[in-house]
Amino acid sequence: MASIIFILLASAVFYFAFKAFYAVYQNINLGKPYEWKGQPKGRIKDLLLIALGRKKMFDRPLAAFMHLFIYVAFLLTQLELLEILIDGIFGTHRFLAPFLGSFYSFIIGLIEVLSLLAFVATLIFLSRRNLLKLPRFTKAELLGWPSTDANLILLGEILLIFGIFTMNGADHLLQRIDPAHYPQVHLPVSSILGPLLFHGLDTTTLEFLERWGWWQHVIVVFGFILYLPYSKHLHIFLAFPNVYFRDPRSRGEMENMPAIMNEVKSMFGIAVSDNVDTEEIPVFGAGDVTDLSWKNLLDAYTCTECGRCTSVCPANLTGKKLSPRKIMMDVRDRATELGSQIAKGTSTNNDEGKKAIISDGKNLFSYISREEIRACTSCNACVEACPVLINPLDIILQMRRYEVLTESQTAEAWTPMFTSLENQGCVWQVPQERDAWIHS
Amino acid sequence: MIKTMSEFAASGEQPEVLYWVGCAGSFDARAQKVAKAFCQILDHVGIKYAVLGQEEKCTGDPARRAGNEFVFQMLAIQNIETLNNYNIKSIVTACPHCFNTLKNEYPALGGNYHVVHHSQYLQQLIESGQLKVEGGSFKGKKITYHDSCYLGRINGEYTAPRELIATLDADLTEMKRSKANGLCCGAGGAQMFKEDEAGDKRINTERAEEAVATGAQAIAANCPWCITMLTDGLKAMDKQESVMVYDISELILQNI
Repeated sequence: MASIIFILLASAVFYFAFKAFYAVYQNINLGKPYEWKGQPKGRIKDLLLIALGRKKMFDRPLAAFMHLFIYVAFLLTQLELLEILIDGIFGTHRFLAPFLGSFYSFIIGLIEVLSLLAFVATLIFLSRRNLLKLPRFTKAELLGWPSTDANLILLGEILLIFGIFTMNGADHLLQRIDPAHYPQVHLPVSSILGPLLFHGLDTTTLEFLERWGWWQHVIVVFGFILYLPYSKHLHIFLAFPNVYFRDPRSRGEMENMPAIMNEVKSMFGIAVSDNVDTEEIPVFGAGDVTDLSWKNLLDAYTCTECGRCTSVCPANLTGKKLSPRKIMMDVRDRATELGSQIAKGTSTNNDEGKKAIISDGKNLFSYISREEIRACTSCNACVEACPVLINPLDIILQMRRYEVLTESQTAEAWTPMFTSLENQGCVWQVPQERDAWIHS
Repeated sequence: MIKTMSEFAASGEQPEVLYWVGCAGSFDARAQKVAKAFCQILDHVGIKYAVLGQEEKCTGDPARRAGNEFVFQMLAIQNIETLNNYNIKSIVTACPHCFNTLKNEYPALGGNYHVVHHSQYLQQLIESGQLKVEGGSFKGKKITYHDSCYLGRINGEYTAPRELIATLDADLTEMKRSKANGLCCGAGGAQMFKEDEAGDKRINTERAEEAVATGAQAIAANCPWCITMLTDGLKAMDKQESVMVYDISELILQNI
């Protein structure tokens, strides 16, 4: 009976999770093609050091170690989860124990210790958000759902860990009562917690508690799988491809625009070598998510809203509206909005040009104000700060290009600068010749 | 004696290196002093260098970062035509924005040169023994160094300028935010040419306060925009008399 419920539940969870994850994949694919190839060795190295090894996290050691506990506990728990799947389907109990012997005890013991550490880390994370109110967790863009999202996952962690220790605590006592059904497994934390909490309870109650803990664990995990694609926690998967597909350009290079380059070259009578199709006039810069690259959108879905970028942004630090984290959140929310409209058929996606014909009259500028993108100093502090190589600056600069090149508008003070650059080749309007300083 | 490329070409000569002056060095009174200081060092060492003079245009960095690709391409393509016509191979510049654009952005447009920032160039001159720095005038004095974003975080050069400061026998005191964590002066991304957006304070004030907090008598910088921004920030704090802002080349010149 329990097996049937488990199988039905698991099937439903995986069906709906697949649909939701596929929707995220499609939303990321709303972006334009992106040249990422090359540097295969460097990419593998970054994947191992930055994504798997979380190297950049250690710039902030306390957060890094707390995160490490949750991260390693999560990775190792996958082994236990595999067993839970098997036990759930076949109605077995600790299916792997007889096969793995003392190694089984070692793994389960390690998971117990890490779960305890993860519990401590979770409490610290909760208090940083809700009691200490760290500035980067209380910025305007986190009010409402984003804060709830963060807290929900942390509460889920706690429920999960409670489930594990209820299950294992009862299991430890049952190993002594009914060794035939409960194989001997040394549980370093539960062998202390079990007797402490459940001392003197009868066998039936212990069996019930063991099952209760097991189901609590299973249900939290299923809930987490279903919830992931709608939350900021996609970083647990997307951090890996996001690091691997990192931009091959150097930080100082903005993507060239061959269409404009060739137009200017022919204006000066210079032969244009690579022939660019000029039939279709492209949109210059990014006005909506469909003008961004799929890597920009992968960045957006990878963002876990930690706010390291915003906490080092010179504009944000001095009270300007710009927050690099908000840029990423807005891009993600817009991609999700557009993606769901396409799914419902209220917007259509023309496969050839990847240009959605958008019926809602909105674009990225409905989310991100001009004041925000105009406040950026392009200092790259946000790019440097991100532990998973997200680049908010690239999006800001593409939106500036859209403003100037597609909409013909810009910050008021930049217009005279453009004029002097065009007429005199200098950032200022100047009365004297460029070499006058030599003779002065 | 500052010679232009056209003068070199007229005499059939080729300089060792082209000094890219930039808009600031050419027109801004404060940055002109830096340009002259750098040329004096080059003359002192006996480097055969040229400037483009009237043939030089803005690299296009502020236009590109403000979003105006069209104006950027116009400037860049004209500059690349000029540089390629003179068969320029090696460029040094005292502006990290020019440095970045020449080094990282011109190749995609057909301009390939060996580009160094003047702090790297001076450091190489010292390393090769061509330039000797006496030290002395800053002995025992506190200097702090401001990393420009375009030399530091964007192009990864943190050591050359610090090694130059080390030759002065000065006491280099780092700011709270330095190297990869350095705080922008507020000028990059074409901010130099407009007012800050609405906020609590100006970025240059924030950075000037941090520099003053080190107790240094001098701030060493490597970028004309940073120099302007920090100087304005110090004025806002009424500290312009007690804390001086120098380009690294000026500090070196005082000590040879």
